[in-house]
Amino acid sequence: MLSQLRPAIAMIVLFTALTGIAYPLAITGIAQVAMKGPADGSMITRNGTVVGSALIGENFATDRFFQGRPSATSAPDPKDATKTVDAPYNAANSSGSNLGPTSQKLVDRVKASVAALGGSPAKSVAADAVTTSASGLDPDISPAYAAMQIGRVASARKLDAAKIQALVANNTVGSALFGNSRVQVLQLNVALEDLDPTPAAAAPAASSTTKPADNANAAAAPAAQ
Amino acid sequence: MTVLGWLQILLVLVAVVAAAIPLGRYIAKVMSGERTFMTPVIAPVERVFYALSGVDAKREQGWRSYTLAMLAFSAAGLFSLYALQRLQGYLPLNPQGFDGVDPALAFNSAVSFITNTNWQNYGGETTMSHLTQMAGLTVHNFVSAATGLAMAFALIRAFTRSEAKTIGNFWVDLTRGVLYLLLPLSIVLALVMVAGGIPQTLLASVEATTLEGAKQVISVGPVASQEAIKELGTNGGGFFNANSAHPFEGPSAWVVMLEAFSLLLVPVASVIAFGRLVGNWREGRSLLATMGIVLILGVTVLYAAETFGNPILTALGVDGAAGNLEGKELRFGQALTALFSVGTTGTSTGSVVAMHDSFTPLGGLVPLFNMLMGCITPGGVGAGIYGILVLAVITVFVAGLMVGRTPEYLGKKIETREMKLAMLAILIYPLLVLGFTGVSVMLKTGLDSLNNSGPHGLSEILYAFASTTANNGSAFGGLTGNTLWYNTTLGLAMFFGRFAYVVPVLALAGSVAVKRKAPASVGTFPTDGPLFVGLLLGIIVILYLLQYFPVLALGPIVEHFAMLAGKAY
Repeated sequence: MLSQLRPAIAMIVLFTALTGIAYPLAITGIAQVAMKGPADGSMITRNGTVVGSALIGENFATDRFFQGRPSATSAPDPKDATKTVDAPYNAANSSGSNLGPTSQKLVDRVKASVAALGGSPAKSVAADAVTTSASGLDPDISPAYAAMQIGRVASARKLDAAKIQALVANNTVGSALFGNSRVQVLQLNVALEDLDPTPAAAAPAASSTTKPADNANAAAAPAAQ
Repeated sequence: MTVLGWLQILLVLVAVVAAAIPLGRYIAKVMSGERTFMTPVIAPVERVFYALSGVDAKREQGWRSYTLAMLAFSAAGLFSLYALQRLQGYLPLNPQGFDGVDPALAFNSAVSFITNTNWQNYGGETTMSHLTQMAGLTVHNFVSAATGLAMAFALIRAFTRSEAKTIGNFWVDLTRGVLYLLLPLSIVLALVMVAGGIPQTLLASVEATTLEGAKQVISVGPVASQEAIKELGTNGGGFFNANSAHPFEGPSAWVVMLEAFSLLLVPVASVIAFGRLVGNWREGRSLLATMGIVLILGVTVLYAAETFGNPILTALGVDGAAGNLEGKELRFGQALTALFSVGTTGTSTGSVVAMHDSFTPLGGLVPLFNMLMGCITPGGVGAGIYGILVLAVITVFVAGLMVGRTPEYLGKKIETREMKLAMLAILIYPLLVLGFTGVSVMLKTGLDSLNNSGPHGLSEILYAFASTTANNGSAFGGLTGNTLWYNTTLGLAMFFGRFAYVVPVLALAGSVAVKRKAPASVGTFPTDGPLFVGLLLGIIVILYLLQYFPVLALGPIVEHFAMLAGKAY
């Protein structure tokens, strides 16, 4: 065993230098030079401000915007660090609900969400509108869920529904073999803002880490991992 | 299920086989020490590694010395990775200012990464500094995979040699596995992944101001370099808590197809390399057919169960057409999610694109059973080969008993000692999985960690020990693993699931190597045809269904009927 000690330690050091330092730094160097946009997280900038990442969902809470799926992410409770509070679309702590198919918590949460969206056993709602995603950061919604929201956004913005319908169509992506047909929520909302800017004073100053979504997260269990 | 969904699945599987054939040839050359087209570039680096480590690359080892080298290397990795996590608060490349990791969690994570498990009781973006992710976790993603590959080829050599005292040199196998195979593939894959949207930066986070005026802190980091080896080395430890379901680890359907391809690639190519090295490609084909049948069966069941959906939710007024969407990302779709989930648990990868905890009961049963079988369809890098070879040895023994002949595999007689060693390896799994699960459900501390009650709660605990014992690393994530009880017991399950399994396997290699290789005769039971595939499948079913049916009946199976009856817990 002792004769194996030197190669064991030497190999750990050598592989750390090669695969733990040189390899990630080299990839970082190449990526930062050749593919700056995606390497930095595909951020979307509007009027000089980063408004989010094209790949990461955001917590839209007001009627003027299209809203994403319910999110099960959480954040440390500012009052008590050992506890967590619901913080939808917390992109610093991705997580799913991890509720199983026969969980009463899941049933109660979905029941509340369906009711909030005006659905009933006779009038079903889009499944993605009432289920949380795996990461809590799903950037997309289904065309069916987008269609459910067009009327609300149109009346909040006093815009013609047909105009909004066109924007939704523009931001629907997904070719047959490489992904489902889906609507990119942030890009759609940026397009909405370009068409009909929200006056600066009207923007609510709420923080996304403390404000719960109005759609369905009240009962989501904060999962520890 | 849709035709398009099946096309996606078949596209990935066909691409894997097409790429694995040339790669298998290459792996066979690399692990035999032969010259390849990469030699001019890599040989100088390789020589530096041997020189600085004091390794004589020409000198081979017997099985004892080979095993000791493997254990010494794993021990050095365990201690250094533990120290790195504990000390990360004092070290550079810690932009988030994280403190050192707690002792129990650091132990669990160190065991997890040296055993190629990558079970994570922590959320990466909230616990580990960039230095720990790069110089700790990424390193072990490479070397734990190469360790598995080394042991697999030591066992293969034992079958190809006649009356041999040695089975290769561990240090050479380890070095060549990383330098010639894993590192070059990872470099290419990491760059493609960045192009596909996976970040690679030394920053910790970006602060965005949403259109509603709120702040959103978006974690980033050197993700792509870790993501590439995470899949290629069948490791599975995510940079982020949500693993490949996180949009920065699985940005689109095509990147996830590429990830599914990458995690199946080396295991499948290794089987082809095996066929080449034993001098009969049909031997590889019969093992691959066995693995493929189990894999496709698993995809079918999972895909069907998830598109069938959850009748409890449908009854509340949720449109059932899209299937079960709780814990799934829209951009992947049900077909790819099913393929990835079966691939990740059929290998020892354990990265996830959906929350397995939220699968329907039968959907969750598939990854669970894949792991209870020890992740052999097609298995982890190296681990798949030695796992299926142990089962092949048991199969020829049973076949030999049926016809009353001395069993042989690849020209080697299988006798008492070989059978004892094979059974010793196989039996460690149920002991660890059922033993720890049984104790956990009797303890308050074990039950306090549950996120779900009823039969699904039992499934959460069973899944955790199945995953850690088989060195997979995927989870029913609702279980809070970061407690003293689970950090310790899951750590022990990973440790013994790896080492108590591979020591008998290497002893088996030593025992087989010294035997004379007999030429095949008319009395030899053929192991390269459909009859053997059928027998091997039968052994797998009998062995694992008998061991685990009772506990599965109490978990996922009873939950399935509860779901159909509309009962929630």
